[in-house]
Amino acid sequence: MRHVISVLVENKPGVLARIATLFSARGFNIDSLAVGETEDPEISRMTIAVGGDYSVLEQITKQLNKLVDIIKVSDFTDIQYVERGLALIKINATKTNRAEIIQLASIFRTRIIDMASDSLILEVTGDKDKIEAFIKLVSVYGIKEMCRTGEVALSRGELK
Amino acid sequence: MEKTGAQILIESLLKEKVEVVFGMPGGPALFLFDEMYKSNLNFILARHEQAAVHMADGYARATGKTGVGIFTSGPGATNTVTGLATAYMDSVPLVVITGQVVTTVIGQDGFQEVDTTGITRPITKHNFLVKDVKTLARTIKEAFYIASTGKPGPVLIDFPGDIQRAKCDYVYPDKVEIRSYKPTIEGHIGQIKKAAQIINASKNPVLYIGAGVVISKAEKEVLAISQKAQIPVTHTLLAVGAYPYNDELSLNMLGMHGTFWANKAIQSADVIIAVGARFDDRCTGKVVDFARNADIVHIDIDPASISKIFKTDIPVVGDAKAILKKMETFIEKKERKDWIAKINQWKKENPLRYDENDDKLHPQYVISKLSELTKGEAIVTTEVGQHQMWAAQYYKAKHSRLFLTSGGLGTMGFGFPAAIGAKSVNPDKEVIAIAGDGSFQMNMQEMAVCMANDMPVKVIILNNQFLGMVRQWQMMFYDKHYAHSCLAKRKECPPKCNTPNNGKCPAYLPDFVLWAQSYGAEGIRVKSKKEVELALKKMLASKNSVVLDVWIEKEENVFPMVPAGNALDEMLFRFHG
Repeated sequence: MRHVISVLVENKPGVLARIATLFSARGFNIDSLAVGETEDPEISRMTIAVGGDYSVLEQITKQLNKLVDIIKVSDFTDIQYVERGLALIKINATKTNRAEIIQLASIFRTRIIDMASDSLILEVTGDKDKIEAFIKLVSVYGIKEMCRTGEVALSRGELK
Repeated sequence: MEKTGAQILIESLLKEKVEVVFGMPGGPALFLFDEMYKSNLNFILARHEQAAVHMADGYARATGKTGVGIFTSGPGATNTVTGLATAYMDSVPLVVITGQVVTTVIGQDGFQEVDTTGITRPITKHNFLVKDVKTLARTIKEAFYIASTGKPGPVLIDFPGDIQRAKCDYVYPDKVEIRSYKPTIEGHIGQIKKAAQIINASKNPVLYIGAGVVISKAEKEVLAISQKAQIPVTHTLLAVGAYPYNDELSLNMLGMHGTFWANKAIQSADVIIAVGARFDDRCTGKVVDFARNADIVHIDIDPASISKIFKTDIPVVGDAKAILKKMETFIEKKERKDWIAKINQWKKENPLRYDENDDKLHPQYVISKLSELTKGEAIVTTEVGQHQMWAAQYYKAKHSRLFLTSGGLGTMGFGFPAAIGAKSVNPDKEVIAIAGDGSFQMNMQEMAVCMANDMPVKVIILNNQFLGMVRQWQMMFYDKHYAHSCLAKRKECPPKCNTPNNGKCPAYLPDFVLWAQSYGAEGIRVKSKKEVELALKKMLASKNSVVLDVWIEKEENVFPMVPAGNALDEMLFRFHG
């Protein structure tokens, strides 16, 4: 099962290496990882998607908490949250199917950010499922190259 | 006042009341050592960095204080790795400082440059690379704080040459606040009450105590609860001495080479109260079968230790002493006569035993005699292997911190330097390293440190001319294929020899007696049972370092034994070849 963990860490050199070392040493799998500064430049937020059952998740959370540079670990499994990732996909596009691809792209609210004579690059954002669905759909045209970010996530605000 | 990084480090160590530092100088640490030359820091020069870390570790285990080591960069730093990993596995507080190439050279493969913080990251509780002298004082304060609090462990500070020279105003902070590091001390009262309820309702409870009890000084609290509710107590290898050996409720050690009755009690228990123990595989045997019928209460300061191996029913996170103190008030007085009678029955059924009545020189006899002659009051350290298990079984340490051994990592070469570390601040205490002939050779160069510093350490080598534990496993599980475990073997020996008692073995290397004498230490060889007692007495009476080279039975095995993969109560008591 996929779990999203949000980790607030000291924005210091070596912190990412500590987390990577921990995951490899303990045999945990990272599905994706995204790191960036927060509103406080001294603190970074890492969004880590991991696979495994609840007992694995529990160990990951505890082991992360044990690292001295980690300020807070939040497990998003049982709470409301939003997540977004981004993918850049360069696909084959010929004169004949270009219009079809553009139409598909607009349904998914993706953006065309490069157009060349036999290819175009699409930028798609969304949660993991949406991105993967889109990739599957456009793969029939032939994906020349692709790169993806890890998902970032925030817990939803409260409704009063 | 402005001071150099080197001065700041040394003054900070003195402010931390560091009594003794172990280590070795070298290139990128020279400026720091020059400052040491001018100070009155008590420094002990080891002969190998690994041994120096074990010395700091032995000091820490014997005293409960934080051990300190100072080393150079590159090979100096990599040589500390085994020592750090040993301390990390056993939760021993250390602060280790390594020199590093100047910051402008870092990353350029400078001479004796190595990514020390990268290498030591998974084997330290935390580490620092100091890049700005202004952060140094705070870093040192944090290092000592992190090393000694929560679940203790080694902390490394990598200290580049130019930062040693750089100057800044020096104020040593008197307290430390790390927002991301706040160990839980007080246990959750609701959990404590729940645990007490389960214990009160239990018929056959067992207390299973580990190093956490020693670290938090909770021995009295364990004793109080066990006596009040008549709960038998078993301990891990790292908690030898934490519970009175001869008490009726003492089950002694559990696990692979634990006692029959401890393992039986665990398997028959309805509640296990684990305190500062982490369900290591050498303790549990086959995990799914461990304590089959028991609810598990787990008290530990490290949340990650809880439910790591299997699901804990009642976790209580916090300091063992604080938690047990509170818990005791909720624990009811109990008798449990049936349970104790059952345990006594197991004790009678399968006591710890060896062939006491023959003339052969059995290692268990040597340890029993040592225990008797020292009344269990000496500090004993061990290396790793058969002798370690015999020592754990037969040395009746009177209290905690008298039995220092590498448990988690199982580091051969630990015991002798650890004994030196323990001796360094206990000049009036008897400190004895129990060694195997294989382990001892891994760090025996440190005899120079004993002699040079007038720190007489006694060494008992239980010499079976083998890597004994390896040989035992080869005998039991590999059809007696003694693959590269015989330390007497030479080129002219039959390549597949498995008859070490055929009288044709070549002379052992080295001659430990002559070797000891070459340092000015005493060497005594013991080749028969009747010489043992006198030799031990002579050793204990000596004011010098002594090496007792005891030629024990070559193919003696450690029993009882739970073969790897077996449940705790599937024990072997002898080898059926």
